[in-house]
Amino acid sequence: MHAFLEYTVTGLTVGSFYALVALGYTIVYGIIRLINFAQGDLSMVGAFLGWTLLVSLGFEHLPIYLAVVAAFVIPMLGTAVINLGILQFAYKPLLRRSLLAILITALGMSLLLQNTVLLVYGPSINAYPPNLLPTTGFYLGPVHVTYVQTALVAVSLLLMGGLVLFVQGTTIGTAMRALAQDHDAARLMGINVDAIIRVAFVLGAMLAAASGVMLGIYYIQIQFTFGFLLGLRAFTAAVLGGIGNIPGAMAGGFLIGLLEAYTTGYVSGKWEDVIVFAVLIGVLVVKPTGLFGERVAERM
Amino acid sequence: MALLEVRDLHVFYGNIEALKGISLDAEPGQIMAILGGNGAGKTTTLRTISGLLRPRSGTVTFAGRSIVGLEAHVIVGMGLSQVPEGRRIFNVLTVEENLNLGGYIIRSSRELVRTRKASVFKLFPRLAERRAQLAGTLSGGEQQMLAIGRALMSEPKVLMLDEPSLGLSPILSRSVLKTVREVANRGTAVLLVEQNARQALAIADRACVIETGSVVLQGDAATLAKDERVQKAYLGGFEAVASG
Ligand SMILES: Nc1ncnc2c1ncn2[C@@H]1O[C@H](COP(=O)(O)OP(=O)(O)OP(=O)(O)O)[C@@H](O)[C@H]1O
Ligand SMILES: [Mg+2]
Repeated sequence: MHAFLEYTVTGLTVGSFYALVALGYTIVYGIIRLINFAQGDLSMVGAFLGWTLLVSLGFEHLPIYLAVVAAFVIPMLGTAVINLGILQFAYKPLLRRSLLAILITALGMSLLLQNTVLLVYGPSINAYPPNLLPTTGFYLGPVHVTYVQTALVAVSLLLMGGLVLFVQGTTIGTAMRALAQDHDAARLMGINVDAIIRVAFVLGAMLAAASGVMLGIYYIQIQFTFGFLLGLRAFTAAVLGGIGNIPGAMAGGFLIGLLEAYTTGYVSGKWEDVIVFAVLIGVLVVKPTGLFGERVAERM
Repeated sequence: MALLEVRDLHVFYGNIEALKGISLDAEPGQIMAILGGNGAGKTTTLRTISGLLRPRSGTVTFAGRSIVGLEAHVIVGMGLSQVPEGRRIFNVLTVEENLNLGGYIIRSSRELVRTRKASVFKLFPRLAERRAQLAGTLSGGEQQMLAIGRALMSEPKVLMLDEPSLGLSPILSRSVLKTVREVANRGTAVLLVEQNARQALAIADRACVIETGSVVLQGDAATLAKDERVQKAYLGGFEAVASG
């Protein structure tokens, strides 16, 4: 029982990272039916930008709040610009072409980001400052929870809450939901569809970058390859929750995180990915609309 | 010079020429009815004016300015609004959210959005009762009210309606067309596409008949209602089939 609770805490922590990346998949897919496979790599890029600020530029020596805020905000903005570039130069010329062409381009963008980071930072593992946040923790009943875990989950939930408020409560957010259903009708409302698509790409990138920085703070070690598996896990989470569905992506992220933690705990870390991808295949075969999905147009 | 002038519009779908030189005008305070059978090119005409389709040639001039080639959302911003064929309301949004999007171009002024919504609710009290309901769960007639109310949120200078009475009971379609007349009386230029020629001609000021992409008749609504060809093709009861 004790072990189970420990695994649960780990699962929820990691799951919150997956949820953030999965939201990026889901927001973009909801609007233009595009699976932006670069999503996981954007998270990786965000992690490296955060590392550059904290370690190379020495932000880790700044007052802790300033350091942390800068290490989140600047990578989020930088990654947003990169994702806008990808949209403009890679996807936009293809949006009216075949789905396959876009899919292959998306995979290409994922490789492009990986190789760019490889070129700039090299193949070695980079380490986040291990003592950025207090490494101690507290007991929640019998379970030990670190302050880092608490802080990271809190930031994730804050970002998710902000996203939900934006999508549900603002006119731009309402326009995003309308676009999920009918682009031409949205145009007839005077909505600049291209601008809303850009908003979706900015949001997706910012969430990914935030998760990347959190992964760096949590796991300490980062390498240019980590975005690929992260992306696949988050994609699984998005599909599990019903791609295009915002609450679904969050739930899917936490479920995949838990599944991974239990597998590592009870079976073996080697089986993590096997289990996660078995879930992906299982969902796609048995219920491709995901746990919470209805018709595609009804989601978000 | 008319507020909206469409001149010699040629529109293609691939190699198929759907519009073969359409010309028509819309004037403030007047309803121009556009009649014609299935596949004549009525929807294509409205979609082209709204900027959803690009004509191969021809001009669309609004208030003296060419709007061909402008993006659809820019055209809405200039004051041309459309109630599309099949209503196309946003099912997953509430009635109120649909109206908010209708007021997208005035979204920076919450006050303006609120007063416009209030006047739509005054026009269609039924929508006020259902403001928090998902639009997809409205009845067909209520959805049509919403589609019109949504288009009125931007207070357009030109309002285009594509078969607003489709699928409505005779009573309801009369009431919808009456509302369209009221909107025109406030000074809006209205382009009204209708299959229901009798009702459309009854409220319109002028009318044109489109057949296979060309305007074959144009004139006073009252004159057209008496025209033999119109009577035969569009007002003849059950055999009323466009000769196409
Ligand atoms: N997306 C499209 N691709 C190819 N052809 C099209 C397309 N849309 C319309 N057409 C063709 O263009 C012609 C005009 O169509 P349009 O929809 O404008 O007719 P309409 O007058 O609105 O008819 P209805 O009264 O049935 O709505 C038709 O022959 C139609 O088949
Ligand atoms: Mg039509």
